[in-house]
Amino acid sequence: MPEAGEWEAVIGMEVHAHLKTASKMFCGCGTDYLGKPPNSNVCPVCLGLPGTLPVINRRAVELCLKSALALNCEIQLATKFDRKNYYYPDLPKGYQISQYDLPMSRAGWLEVDGKRVGITRVHLEEDTGRLVHAGDRLESADRSYVDLNRSGMPLMEVVSEPDLRSAAEARDFAMALRGILRAVGAGEADMEKGQLRAEANVSIRPRGSEELGVKTELKNINSFRALFNAVEYEIKRQARELEAGRKVVQETRGWSEPERRTFSQRSKEVAQDYRYFPEPDLPPLAFAPDWIADLKGSLPELPAARRERLVSERGLSEYQARLLAGDLEVADYLEELVRLGLPAQPAANWMIGEMLPRDEPLVVAAAETAELLRRLEAGAINRDQARAVLDQLYETGKPVVELAAGLEQISDAGALAGVIDSVLAANPTAVADFKAGKEAAIGPLVGKVMQATGGSANPKLARDLLLARLKR
Amino acid sequence: MTDLYALTIGELAPMLRDREISAVELLDAHLQRIEAVDPKVKAYLRLTPDLARAQAADADRRFQAGEAGPLTGIPVAIKDVLCVEGVETTAGSRILAGFKPPYEATAIARLRAAGCVFLGMTNCDEFAMGSSTENSGFYTTHNPWSLDKVPGGSSGGSAAAVAAGEAVFGLGTDTGGSIRQPAALCGVVGMKPTYGRVSRYGLIAFASSLDQIGPFARSVADAALVLSAVAGADPNDSTCFERPLDLSQLEAGVKGMRLGVPKEYFEVAGMEAGVRESVEQALAALQGAGAELVDVTLPHTDYGLAAYYIIAPAEASSNLARFDGVKYGLRAPRTESLLDTYLHTRREGFGAEVRRRIMLGTYALSSGYYDAYYLKAQKVRTLIKRDFDAAFERCDAVVSATSPTVAFEIGAKTGDPLAMYLNDVLTLGGNLAGLPGVSLPCAPAGGLPVGLQVLAPQFREDVALRVARAYEQAGVRAEVASVA
Repeated sequence: MPEAGEWEAVIGMEVHAHLKTASKMFCGCGTDYLGKPPNSNVCPVCLGLPGTLPVINRRAVELCLKSALALNCEIQLATKFDRKNYYYPDLPKGYQISQYDLPMSRAGWLEVDGKRVGITRVHLEEDTGRLVHAGDRLESADRSYVDLNRSGMPLMEVVSEPDLRSAAEARDFAMALRGILRAVGAGEADMEKGQLRAEANVSIRPRGSEELGVKTELKNINSFRALFNAVEYEIKRQARELEAGRKVVQETRGWSEPERRTFSQRSKEVAQDYRYFPEPDLPPLAFAPDWIADLKGSLPELPAARRERLVSERGLSEYQARLLAGDLEVADYLEELVRLGLPAQPAANWMIGEMLPRDEPLVVAAAETAELLRRLEAGAINRDQARAVLDQLYETGKPVVELAAGLEQISDAGALAGVIDSVLAANPTAVADFKAGKEAAIGPLVGKVMQATGGSANPKLARDLLLARLKR
Repeated sequence: MTDLYALTIGELAPMLRDREISAVELLDAHLQRIEAVDPKVKAYLRLTPDLARAQAADADRRFQAGEAGPLTGIPVAIKDVLCVEGVETTAGSRILAGFKPPYEATAIARLRAAGCVFLGMTNCDEFAMGSSTENSGFYTTHNPWSLDKVPGGSSGGSAAAVAAGEAVFGLGTDTGGSIRQPAALCGVVGMKPTYGRVSRYGLIAFASSLDQIGPFARSVADAALVLSAVAGADPNDSTCFERPLDLSQLEAGVKGMRLGVPKEYFEVAGMEAGVRESVEQALAALQGAGAELVDVTLPHTDYGLAAYYIIAPAEASSNLARFDGVKYGLRAPRTESLLDTYLHTRREGFGAEVRRRIMLGTYALSSGYYDAYYLKAQKVRTLIKRDFDAAFERCDAVVSATSPTVAFEIGAKTGDPLAMYLNDVLTLGGNLAGLPGVSLPCAPAGGLPVGLQVLAPQFREDVALRVARAYEQAGVRAEVASVA
């Protein structure tokens, strides 16, 4: 039995993504179902009414193939749909049209944190509807309602090999996959909107062992952060179980965000028998090799290539490039700032530090950001002022010229001399600390100067002047 | 003058066109006939007189406006598995009681556009599973030629309606013989088109890879006319194709044609002597009309029944999963859990034969059994198709009896499902191979109709119908049963 910390996690991912098509997978209903009244985005086909038949959405096939090609998969020229049979009220036909033994593609890879993670398969299927439980949770719900607006949405499933070794890698895999899907135009892949659903299969084994441990399947994961937390929790939980001499049970476990723990949902000891068989309502598909070649030729620059280019052409660090190239819209924004004449490094830092943490980071026009950064670079305003202007920009959308009017950084030593004097006089303790060798005491003093000038002092100048006075 | 209800489309169309009769008069003649005989025959589950009157009035307007076609004003009987918008359609099952589809089957929409008059929904075995209509969730239909006998099935209601003069023509569906066998037992013409000839959209599925919609009529020409009205590609059905359908040579006869006689089809278990004699007479008549009879062999015939009764139930077990009490139709009241809702709804809603086939099919698809049953059955299906391919290298069409027996007593086979299944042994090969097939009456045996089956290569309905038409001219033609 290994000591705590000597476990190695083995993680494989199953990711479902909605494809960005105009209509559903097998009928003419639209795909912008979010926020619509229940059961208003439906037709006889996606309601599964008797006698109705599916018709394949060509665009969905195209987007699935493009995604698979971007994931370096081999495309299967002969493929088919199958029925996955099971009973649940959100599944109106009693079966899901999916792909079983002849998926559209196999054997690809995705680069994550500098290593290749194997892609087992990428296939196409239809989404189910949704149950809405009256009450907080299923167990205590008085009744449940069926909403089939989502039923029949085109859904792509990406299955990875168990090549991931940590919660961070699992999260980064999902983020990298989102980047690919957005780059090829396959989907928005917004986890919060349910457009990307990640499930992680997690097991642990003694480091160095080749055998696989018993795995659990994690569901209910609604954000990249939740994915990280759930996998992290589950690795620790399994280690705790094994170290206490108990066994890990093969089961599906849900992630509870409020409780920050996983909980048992369904035991997999009795495997569900889905009775797969070829969908007789749809003919098998045969892809023309020329068409596949055309699709491959039409792929845009992918995040990995863009990342390399940001390093080699723009001189960014690997870390900066990875953060910016994961989403090509973000990378495009940076390149636009560079085109507007800003040096790449500070522009990248500004985006990473000030913009990307926001909800909709790119709503501010690049020209405005460029204007703001030019002023900051030139020393006309300081960082705090720039940040304040950025807040205003996001809030009001007014031009920087207007928002920054009247803001000026005090970069004149003479103008600051009086403030420096009064700050030193008012803070004898900090002055004494500094003189006793505690150099960190300079920080609060700079802060006082900034405060006294309403934030307009050039902080570097203030610091230099303080140091000069204190060391005298 | 002959009663209006006893005439064919070919006879009625010029009368309607020349305004000798109106579509409303023709409808009334049929409603009266239904009123007179349907209490005995029980061909219909539901009549739609209001819809029919509106359609007949509209047909008369079209005749006046010169916008009528060959089917305008013609009354039709519709098998209860074909969705008619706004009309209760139940597949003969209690589980769908009250279900009114908000959409229409493509074949029905085409007949509606052609100006047909919809008389009502006809009885059938529940979800088209059966060979006698005794599996109907409502009641059994009686054979118009002998009321204590079955009409065959599953499309027994449409076959009986056409035989009894309760409709000029009918629509049915054929998964293993469900048009041809009741056509044979009721003495009318019935045709199963090539798989992929007629859209299945709106046909409540039994076995998706086998189901096809086709006509019942009292003449070969009528069947051909209806076929051309419902055939053709449909954007709603990816398994339906646009292929040429040239029926201009219907009257060209069989002179110089080679007709294959498969010996296996004359040696099946339960083949009645009377049926055999009648079919042999028909073959002689075709020979007399100039056809050359050649021996062909269909060596995998014996395995067809087994393969069929794996593939069809397997698909059915999946197709019928949607009837779960959640969305429409029957829902068992006051259940304790979701599982109980499923179990009670399906136990109460489905009859014994449907439940049997769901269990058979579920088993055949189960993990660990799939290869031994479903996959093996699909391989047999390929072999049967190859048998036919080889036969059609030696002949233009294959001829045989449609059913090994004439109509049997109601109740005679209900206790023995296997005996019932054997009634399809000559027809289901055509479904497994996706072939077009016609059944038409030949000389009766013991006063009961006998069916002659003509099978042709895929998408060669023209050949099957041409042979059938040649026999119709040389031999027997369908008549209306007096119903006594």
